[in-house]
Amino acid sequence: MAEISQNTPKKRGLIEALDLDMRLIGMIGALLAIALAFNLATGGNFLSPRNIFNLTIQTVSVAIMATGMVFVIVTRNIDLSVGALLAICSAMMAMTQARWLPGALGLELGSPLIAPLTVLVGLAVGTLIGAMNGWLIGYLTIPAFIVTLGGFLIWRFAGWYLTSGQTIAPLDQTFLLFGGAEGTLGETWSWIAGLALSLVALWAIWSARRSKLAHEFPVKPLGAELALAGVAVAAILGFVAVLNAYAIPKGKLRRMFEAQGLELPDGYSAGHGLPFSVLILIAVAVAMTLVARKTRFGRYIFATGGNPDAAELSGINTRMLTVKVFALMGFLCGLSAIVASARLQSHANDIGTLDELRVIAAAVIGGTALAGGSGTIYGAILGALIMQSLTSGMGMVGVDSPLQNIVVGAVLVLAVWIDIQYRKRWGKP
Amino acid sequence: MTTPLVEMRDISIAFGGVHAVDHVSVDLFPGEVVGLLGHNGAGKSTLIKILSGAYRADSGQILIDGKPVEIHNPRDARACKIETIYQTLALADNLDAASNLFLGRELVTPLGFVDDDAMEAETRKIMARLNPNFRKFSVPVSALSGGQRQSVAIARAVYFDARILIMDEPTAALGPHETQMVAELIEQLKAQGIGIFLISHDIHDVMKLCDRASVMKNGKLVGTVKVADVTDDDLLGMIILGKPPTRAA
Ligand SMILES: Nc1ncnc2c1ncn2[C@@H]1O[C@H](COP(=O)(O)OP(=O)(O)O)[C@@H](O)[C@H]1O
Ligand SMILES: [Mg+2]
Repeated sequence: MAEISQNTPKKRGLIEALDLDMRLIGMIGALLAIALAFNLATGGNFLSPRNIFNLTIQTVSVAIMATGMVFVIVTRNIDLSVGALLAICSAMMAMTQARWLPGALGLELGSPLIAPLTVLVGLAVGTLIGAMNGWLIGYLTIPAFIVTLGGFLIWRFAGWYLTSGQTIAPLDQTFLLFGGAEGTLGETWSWIAGLALSLVALWAIWSARRSKLAHEFPVKPLGAELALAGVAVAAILGFVAVLNAYAIPKGKLRRMFEAQGLELPDGYSAGHGLPFSVLILIAVAVAMTLVARKTRFGRYIFATGGNPDAAELSGINTRMLTVKVFALMGFLCGLSAIVASARLQSHANDIGTLDELRVIAAAVIGGTALAGGSGTIYGAILGALIMQSLTSGMGMVGVDSPLQNIVVGAVLVLAVWIDIQYRKRWGKP
Repeated sequence: MTTPLVEMRDISIAFGGVHAVDHVSVDLFPGEVVGLLGHNGAGKSTLIKILSGAYRADSGQILIDGKPVEIHNPRDARACKIETIYQTLALADNLDAASNLFLGRELVTPLGFVDDDAMEAETRKIMARLNPNFRKFSVPVSALSGGQRQSVAIARAVYFDARILIMDEPTAALGPHETQMVAELIEQLKAQGIGIFLISHDIHDVMKLCDRASVMKNGKLVGTVKVADVTDDDLLGMIILGKPPTRAA
């Protein structure tokens, strides 16, 4: 090993020694470049705590679905129905919380049971429709493109019939906490959550290293490992600091105090901190990464994408796997529907329109190959963040929306071209 | 004589109108190597894929240790201790050697997560035995040479204590040195009492390594002969003419 790395060019040797993920670095670099450019163009507004907060909560819904789309695309499928699925889940939840539970079941408006029941309905509807898609694709062998193109037409309009095309509002107060600005941890709990996340990250890095050492496998130099750990912790705590720095407006604070029968003390201020929706995204990201890398299910997803015949011959039930992958995609659509409708504080029939394209683009910008077999969860989330940053940034500098779409479309094509070059150069799948 | 390890009786399978395997019977005893010979398209791979659970026969019976078994899928075959090296190798190119070796039978931690480090350690051990020059443990197998890929497929078949080993053209991508190593491996496994079906189009390999040879042509069994009783030319005649040698019959 030692002789080999001495013979290779120094730069490449260093990168390999640190085992850095060039794709991750490239994406973070692109995101930073976009952020800094817009920050310059907006005189510092783009990177203000307020804008970062808004950007984050606007990204959550697409990012959650994009993690599921990674699995769908890795298994050589596609899901064109996620926007429509989000709409039907949102419609079912709106009807549940605003009509059925208070009406037929006689729960009082504002009853603490409404939000959890609504959430269950949304997740169940998404999972069931997703599982049905998977069954049509896996067992009846109808191409995913066709099944989900059908779903794209069916589900949004099924939602339309359910709500008679009406916009449904107001939604349950507790339910609205999932939307972003209405439900945040506050400063103290955000720090606690940030520290907890940092500990989890440190533990993950440390236990991976310990396991490698136990098997006498090569590990990174300790200094490099510590530096990476430092960067991870700094990023987590920095993110918390920024969200804490975004102060809750005075008017809203006063209402919050009044709701508890108190008066707002003079000079009192508080930051938002981590929104619940962002915590949900973080939980989804961690869970999906674990599934992808550390479970049999994830291993079979990648094996099937790499070589479906080999997977089959290894005893993997690839049909059932397809059902599970699409059921998971549906579940995540339900979760996104919770976040999206709570953020908009209503259900309207056009909720999630074009989301299928944003979600697919996020996964693809994040390095998921349509040929199947490769893709990462973090890539999809960064892809969603890059797209949302571009859209918001262009909006802030006054680019009109037709041009915004043209730019995002061009970036999608460019990103895939760069990814192809990367694969050629580094020989990574 | 002892009970055969495997008996495939009167096996048939058709794809559309093509009778890929047509009323074929073969058997295999413990510690025996049986060669399967025939032109491309003779039905050799299809026959053994029925034994490995990749296909289900339209008719016929499979017996293991004299008892009828139902092999509906690759998992059933693995449960019968049948391991297969496929002609296509059947590797997931995007995964590394260890993930391929343990595909479908991953080692897991007490919490149920896949234990990649333990699997890599096991892979290193078996590779040290099968192909000591193998170094590329942490790259996807798409980055390996044909011979290295083949040794991953062989390692997967050998690792799990097979009783019945199916090797479909295992030396197709190998150089002379590696081919020699596979020959030695076959001798070792044979000595352990494992039964091996060896598909090959190289008559010399078959003459050297096999105890018996079954020859197929157009989906039908031409005949099964003891290798000691025939010459290279006899086997060649069976393959080309589709008739058992008059002398050996
Ligand atoms: N999955 C399949 N579908 C259709 N035809 C097949 C399939 N597998 C094999 N065949 C046909 O069966 C015949 C035998 O093929 P095969 O068993 O691969 O031959 P061999 O391994 O002896 O070269 C060929 O005519 C082949 O085209
Ligand atoms: Mg063949």
